[in-house]
Amino acid sequence: MSLTVLNVIVAVVIAIGFAALNAAYLVWAERRGAARIQRRPGPNINGPFGLLQPPLDGIKLMTKQIMIPGGADKILFMVAPVLAMAPAILSFVTIPFSETIVAHNMDIGLLMIFAFASMGALAVLFAGWGSRNKYSVMASVRAVSQNVSYEIPMLITAITVVMITGSMDLKVITNAQAGGFWHWNIFPSLHSPLMPLSFILFFICSLAETNRAPFDLGEAESELVAGFHTEYGSMGFGLFFMGEYANIVIGASLTTILFLGGWDCPFGLFPGVWWFLLKIYLLIATFIWIRWTFPRTTIYGLLNLSWKILIPLSLFNLLLTAGLLKVF
Amino acid sequence: MSAPIQLQPGETFILNVGPQHPATHGVLRVKMEMDGEYIVKAETVLGYVHRMHEKMGENRTYAQYLPNLSRLDYLGALGYTHGHVLLIERAAGIEVPERAEYIRAITVELNRLASHLFWFGCYVMDLGGFSPLMYALEDREYILDMLEAVTGARLTYCYYRFGGLYNDVDDDFIEAANRFIPRMRKSLKKYAALVTGNIIFQKRLEGIGHISAEMCRKYGATGAVARGSGIDFDVRKNEPYSVYPEFDFDIPVYHECDSMARFKVRMDEMEQSLRIIEQGLAKLPGGPIMAEKKPKNIKLPVGDFYQAVETARGSFGIRIVSDGDKNAYRLKLRSPTYSNMHLFDEACEGMMIMDALAFMGSLDLVIPEIDR
Amino acid sequence: MGGYFSDIFNGSKSLLIGMGITFREFFKPIVTVQYPYQTIKMSARFRGHIELIADEEGKPKCVSCGMCERACPSGCITLGSVSVEIEVDGKMKKKKVLSKYDLDFTKCSLCGQCVENCNFGAIEFSKEYNLASSNKEDFHFNLLKRLEERNV
Repeated sequence: MSLTVLNVIVAVVIAIGFAALNAAYLVWAERRGAARIQRRPGPNINGPFGLLQPPLDGIKLMTKQIMIPGGADKILFMVAPVLAMAPAILSFVTIPFSETIVAHNMDIGLLMIFAFASMGALAVLFAGWGSRNKYSVMASVRAVSQNVSYEIPMLITAITVVMITGSMDLKVITNAQAGGFWHWNIFPSLHSPLMPLSFILFFICSLAETNRAPFDLGEAESELVAGFHTEYGSMGFGLFFMGEYANIVIGASLTTILFLGGWDCPFGLFPGVWWFLLKIYLLIATFIWIRWTFPRTTIYGLLNLSWKILIPLSLFNLLLTAGLLKVF
Repeated sequence: MSAPIQLQPGETFILNVGPQHPATHGVLRVKMEMDGEYIVKAETVLGYVHRMHEKMGENRTYAQYLPNLSRLDYLGALGYTHGHVLLIERAAGIEVPERAEYIRAITVELNRLASHLFWFGCYVMDLGGFSPLMYALEDREYILDMLEAVTGARLTYCYYRFGGLYNDVDDDFIEAANRFIPRMRKSLKKYAALVTGNIIFQKRLEGIGHISAEMCRKYGATGAVARGSGIDFDVRKNEPYSVYPEFDFDIPVYHECDSMARFKVRMDEMEQSLRIIEQGLAKLPGGPIMAEKKPKNIKLPVGDFYQAVETARGSFGIRIVSDGDKNAYRLKLRSPTYSNMHLFDEACEGMMIMDALAFMGSLDLVIPEIDR
Repeated sequence: MGGYFSDIFNGSKSLLIGMGITFREFFKPIVTVQYPYQTIKMSARFRGHIELIADEEGKPKCVSCGMCERACPSGCITLGSVSVEIEVDGKMKKKKVLSKYDLDFTKCSLCGQCVENCNFGAIEFSKEYNLASSNKEDFHFNLLKRLEERNV
């Protein structure tokens, strides 16, 4: 018993470390990547290639004073950043990075991740409401309606995968795709001819779930100043920022597990954690690439996209897969 | 996307957009009465950068007033100085050499191009896309370098003088400008593919911010705002000045009346500016750049003078009432964005805030020019 | 219904075109100048604040006629002169000598009218652009002193 507890504690510490490291260095990667797209060097002063920038930013944020605006709901205001970061870290616990590297594999791992992902919306709502700022309230209401409408197609698409595999266990889902890239869920199979489409649907939804551009309506800096974290400074802001990047890692990991075969190697050689990491960082690079290419959508454009295009398509895909599974 | 709003009394709240807001590009304040995300009523509040330019014009000599005009619109400053020198030259009867006028036209068009490029980048940034701004700024940098080599300044030029120019252009400038034109044409194609063709961008602009031609006339809107509403009016064509009648260029007019129409007008104007620069460089005559006969201290005859020019933002007019002294008795500046901005109050009613700010960007406001 | 699908198709295509453009830009060289480490040469006509020009003896060429002072739109130039008697060809002659040339750069709008109005070619633009200070007094230049410092 005590060994299991110790195991979990070690796993959680590693998860926190992994999440924090990723969050810090993804900010660096994003800044460098964006800079290259815009033909400038990006952060390059502190350390080689500016690699010391994230820890220095962290020190700066941590040494700043925490300001609570007058009239703000103190409890909600303080809870919100924690709530943004904590579920993201908890989700890491159940993500299998390879056959052996998984903190605690669960039968319903997929469900757990979705449950935690929904808590992100709550953090945004708390932050917006708690900081007593009109811009923040508007942004948080936007973000919540966005999260609600994008979780539906995301879940439906995930259910399609679950139906094919017959399990919500992320390890089982990955193992079902083992043995070369033609087994991956992204490629059409007999039971699910529309799988590439559902991969794209899932990808778009995970962009929207993580409030990334072009769906960054919760932040929308040119309209709502800084959205729900307008009033946050110091590490409160830092936690929101890290939470965003941790969520991106989770979104990319989930996409990898569900569609790209997890730690499986494309040619059946040397399966291991490196393939998993390669795949998620390629997906994250695409996230960054998209962010620095497109303008922001409108809130109604976003909801239209979800309710008029994504949900009908994913439902159609679900029905088709269900029918084909029954027939064959 | 304007939706009918049924409001109960007391259900609205006031949102202060600005004077320090990222979307207002300066210190414009908009007091918005909001119903959720919908604007019920908006009121623009001015006066945060008022510098009394008109009064300064009445206290300074005409020559001393020159640097002031480049501080109205810091993005397209040459157009404004052009209006002032044209007016003084006409009123005082100074003959300007042809070479000077050609150089003026070329530099004004370059400046217009720089201004439109900056607007383009900022507008896309208003809509959340950051990279096009950097591409636009890179192109603009070439123009600024060219203008700096000629005028000595990068933004607030003081280049035109009564009767001519401060100094002549050299071969380097002509060569650089000739190199720049094909480069810019290539960039415009890139912008068309990256931004104008983008579905998200189109969805955000099409049908948003409807301004009818009637409304433009009511508020006196000019420039790309009027041309996007189907009014074919450009001072360069309708009241020709300088050497513009000798150039072959078109005035882009769109009839959709929405933000997309205004966007397209400006994008097309960039191409037309390139055409003018190309022709100007080809036709550039030799000769002096300064009038031979020019009074040392300029005194205008008693009277009332007006000159309109087409700047990057619309029709800029300068009116001087002279009592024969060294400085104006009354000087009035008619700035284009002052009229254009007032469309915002009426047109944004019932819009969502994000559409309203996208619409505001399409008006191309430069606040120091509104406030003067 | 056909419009619905063609909308999706054309929309996705336009998004891919945009991504293609940014992808190509990613591999192009950097165009910015790393300012404190790299600097660019200022163009020959760059207009900084004004400086006095010295003659062969290192004295200012300025004869303190005051044309620049009168031409300045913002009144940022203050001239001062003293009459001294100097010996020219054995005769004592009175001559105005520049004793003070102050530039209040906080007011200057860099229009260049002082240089243009100078009939003796006694002032020029400097190429100095690194002017930043939190102290207002740092922008009140004593141009005579600066000229002496340059001569040394």
